[in-house]
Amino acid sequence: MEIDPFVFRLSIFILSIFIGYYVVWSVTPSLHTPLMSVTNAISSVIIVGAIIAALAGNSVNIFDTANIFGFLAIILAAVNIFGGFLVTQRMLAMYKKKKKEK
Amino acid sequence: MSANLLAIFYLISGILFILALRGLSSPETSRKGNLFGIIGMAIAIGVTFLSVGNFSIGFLYVLVFLLIGGTLGAFIAYKIPMTAMPELVAGFHSLVGLAAVFVAISAFLNPEVFNLGSPGNIKIASLIEMSLGAAIGALTFTGSIIAFLKLRGIMSGSPITFVGQHYLNLALGLILLGLIFYLCKTQVDTWFWTIILISFLVGVLLIIPIGGADMPVVISMLNSYSGWAAAGIGFTLENSALIITGALVGSSGAILSYIMCKGMNRSFFNVILGGFGGTDQSFSEKGKEQKPVKNGNADDAAFLMKNASSVIIVPGYGMAVAQAQHALREMVDALKKNGVKVTYAIHPVAGRMPGHMNVLLAEANVPYDEVFELEEINNDFANCDVAYVIGANDVTNPVAKSDPQSPIYGMPILDVEKSKSVLFVKRSLSPGYAGIDNDLFYRDNTLMLFADAKKMTEDIIKSL
Repeated sequence: MEIDPFVFRLSIFILSIFIGYYVVWSVTPSLHTPLMSVTNAISSVIIVGAIIAALAGNSVNIFDTANIFGFLAIILAAVNIFGGFLVTQRMLAMYKKKKKEK
Repeated sequence: MSANLLAIFYLISGILFILALRGLSSPETSRKGNLFGIIGMAIAIGVTFLSVGNFSIGFLYVLVFLLIGGTLGAFIAYKIPMTAMPELVAGFHSLVGLAAVFVAISAFLNPEVFNLGSPGNIKIASLIEMSLGAAIGALTFTGSIIAFLKLRGIMSGSPITFVGQHYLNLALGLILLGLIFYLCKTQVDTWFWTIILISFLVGVLLIIPIGGADMPVVISMLNSYSGWAAAGIGFTLENSALIITGALVGSSGAILSYIMCKGMNRSFFNVILGGFGGTDQSFSEKGKEQKPVKNGNADDAAFLMKNASSVIIVPGYGMAVAQAQHALREMVDALKKNGVKVTYAIHPVAGRMPGHMNVLLAEANVPYDEVFELEEINNDFANCDVAYVIGANDVTNPVAKSDPQSPIYGMPILDVEKSKSVLFVKRSLSPGYAGIDNDLFYRDNTLMLFADAKKMTEDIIKSL
């Protein structure tokens, strides 16, 4: 009897929820805002699907309806990826330790 | 590139994303974590390009659109003021949601590309996954737009409720499930479009009854939804990077919502069902009796703090509104020169999103090891000379501990009242979002400083 590949994906999914649970509880509360912006950025890995969708089909008509939705999704996800990572970096750069008292 | 190799690369990006979140456990490791995240993303996009393989004209368009979006994103990231971070995050959530909807539509229209079957004959499992992804994505999109409008002040922060609201939401939810069932049975595309449209509506209906001050919960919740939407699409596309990320983001948002609810001592459902929050002016006006308050000015405050040996600063949303964080930091510098020990106390729900105050203080160059969370610092109030409350209110209200009738009863509060004297910077005596009077205003050891947070702080600096 063969196991449906779906079950493997479901396993990855469930295990990742557990990893997420433990990793996020260890995030220090002072970094909760950067946590939100970085999760925003990484969830935009959905761009992978958008790229495949945009380049799908024959090369005769690259602006088929399905492709157009792919292209639109690329723009949205790209805004998020660049915006999300950069704004996180900008925030994290501000967190500094106490300097030696003069 | 073989499908197996591709899957391994996606797994690597997934792991790098986990490390990105892991890095946030301390500010020192966080920057490296962010770098891991960027590398993970670059790998995911890079191998996707390689897997598609045909570097035709379409590929060029992909790059162009990627650049357009990227430039726009980078521009926003550099321009946005730190006080606008809650709106920005809400806005970004809406984009993830809409992107998920678009990818789902694409997969529905052109299922061959993703090996999901052919139009009109899509695998049942894939149909369920993509309609769930699209539905959650759609409600994340409209919900985040509403949250954005409320945070931006374009829409009033007060909750919008009407009779039968929750039944309507319940009915719509059931209709959605029914539609997904019919879609699987008939494969008729009308159902798919209807699912998306109804989900758009549900997103709006879910967020409008939630008041402005509950925004920390809303933002965290939408964060979580955007993750589940991504995971749904990940199942459709059989992409492990997307499944892993979706699960991470989903649980991250859920944990943040939980922390925020706990910070207000309210159940998640209580917040979602809404109706609380907003500024109910009529309620506060009528119960108003003139109780004496001690009214002070900047010189009094400066005198008190200069002669104190320890001061604890309690910032709240008012500080963000007045953009007083830089002035505050200057004031603290001046106090430190006088040998005063200064620390900051942050309540979990201070501000409009998790960690909001911390970011603002970090922006003003306040070292993070002077900033403490509620549990860490609450015992120190008893030994502190002055508590300087700037733009916070409900999170200091002792009524939360004493009066079981109060709407905020049981909420963990900062024990400001235990310090020798309390300075309250506030524009008026008006109650906070919970619509209740703060007992602390009328105590003998409280000095009210009626002014804009920034202006008052600047005045104090002058007289120091």
